[in-house]
Amino acid sequence: MLYGFTFLVLFQLVGEMLSRGLHLPVPGPVLGMLLLAVWCTVRRGVDDRVGRVALGLLRYMALLFVPAGVGLMLLGPVLREQGWAMLAVLVFSTVVTLLVAGLALHWMLKRFPGRGEDGQ
Amino acid sequence: MSLPNPLDSQAMLLALQTAPFLWLAVTAGCYLLAERLYTVSRHFPLLHPVLVSIVLIIVILRLGQVPYQTYFNGAQLYHWLLGTATVALAVPLFDNLQRVRALLLPLVVALIVGGLAGMLSALALGKLFGLTPDVLISFVPKSVTTPIAMALSQHAGGLPALTANVVILTGILGAMIAVPLLALAGVRGEIAQGFALGIAAHGVGTARAIQISPTAGAFAGLAMGLNGVLTSLTLALVLSLWPA
Repeated sequence: MLYGFTFLVLFQLVGEMLSRGLHLPVPGPVLGMLLLAVWCTVRRGVDDRVGRVALGLLRYMALLFVPAGVGLMLLGPVLREQGWAMLAVLVFSTVVTLLVAGLALHWMLKRFPGRGEDGQ
Repeated sequence: MSLPNPLDSQAMLLALQTAPFLWLAVTAGCYLLAERLYTVSRHFPLLHPVLVSIVLIIVILRLGQVPYQTYFNGAQLYHWLLGTATVALAVPLFDNLQRVRALLLPLVVALIVGGLAGMLSALALGKLFGLTPDVLISFVPKSVTTPIAMALSQHAGGLPALTANVVILTGILGAMIAVPLLALAGVRGEIAQGFALGIAAHGVGTARAIQISPTAGAFAGLAMGLNGVLTSLTLALVLSLWPA
């Protein structure tokens, strides 16, 4: 487990260094994800020790958002002045974004099912 | 009764207050409870575990008069692990790489259309509902992952702290409504569901997609990363073209 975890952290670090060092508009962890995917492609597979830790972490990914999310308790004053307008923008904009992205891909997958793919 | 009480409750209370892992335990405990509730309610959207855990913990902190900073210092291990979990998304992504290659054109089109819809809908609706300019700008990058969104908001003249909150709320809301909303629109495939979750609701949406299937999670993680790049590259342009 330690091996797999260290491996992931290593890619996170490299991603962080590249992101800061080259002033890329992508945060370190996202860059680390892309780099690890490239690494797996080059190695033609996922090391089992890495794969097991990765799936274990992903199983609880939602939990990892909680500490930052509790920061909502600091949102006091702006919320009192523009709270309802903010909520309305948030809800409608999220609905629009989900529908546009989901329907666009759904429609495109039907149109261009890809080579040897059923699109689902 | 004449024996001295071996339990030093004062010392125990002090240990509880100063142990950094108290808030790790509270966070995990609330989450496990919330997850249980979510399962029992058969994934009822309003009972999304992230939302329920956050509400539970805020109530606990308010009752105990604990400031957010104290809580965050204690629970930040989970926060740091978020980056590692993001790297871990490479594993399901790699497993689906063949499909990503085969579906490249549909994915790119959906990315551009969906990413722009995220920014433009926030601008249009913000104007409609009369948000002040700095608040409005804080909302525009709300669909992308927190570190990108905060940097973009700062750069464009928004309020980064507000953006962080809006991003989390967008993620939770997206994770709550995506599956029933898309089903209503006739979108039921795991790839389209996952990709839409990643575009509209970044990491929280990706965490929801993983619950649908590893494939949905992989496409969500990919969409989250790509939309982060797209939004970073186009936000300034979109704002400059928008009639303010």
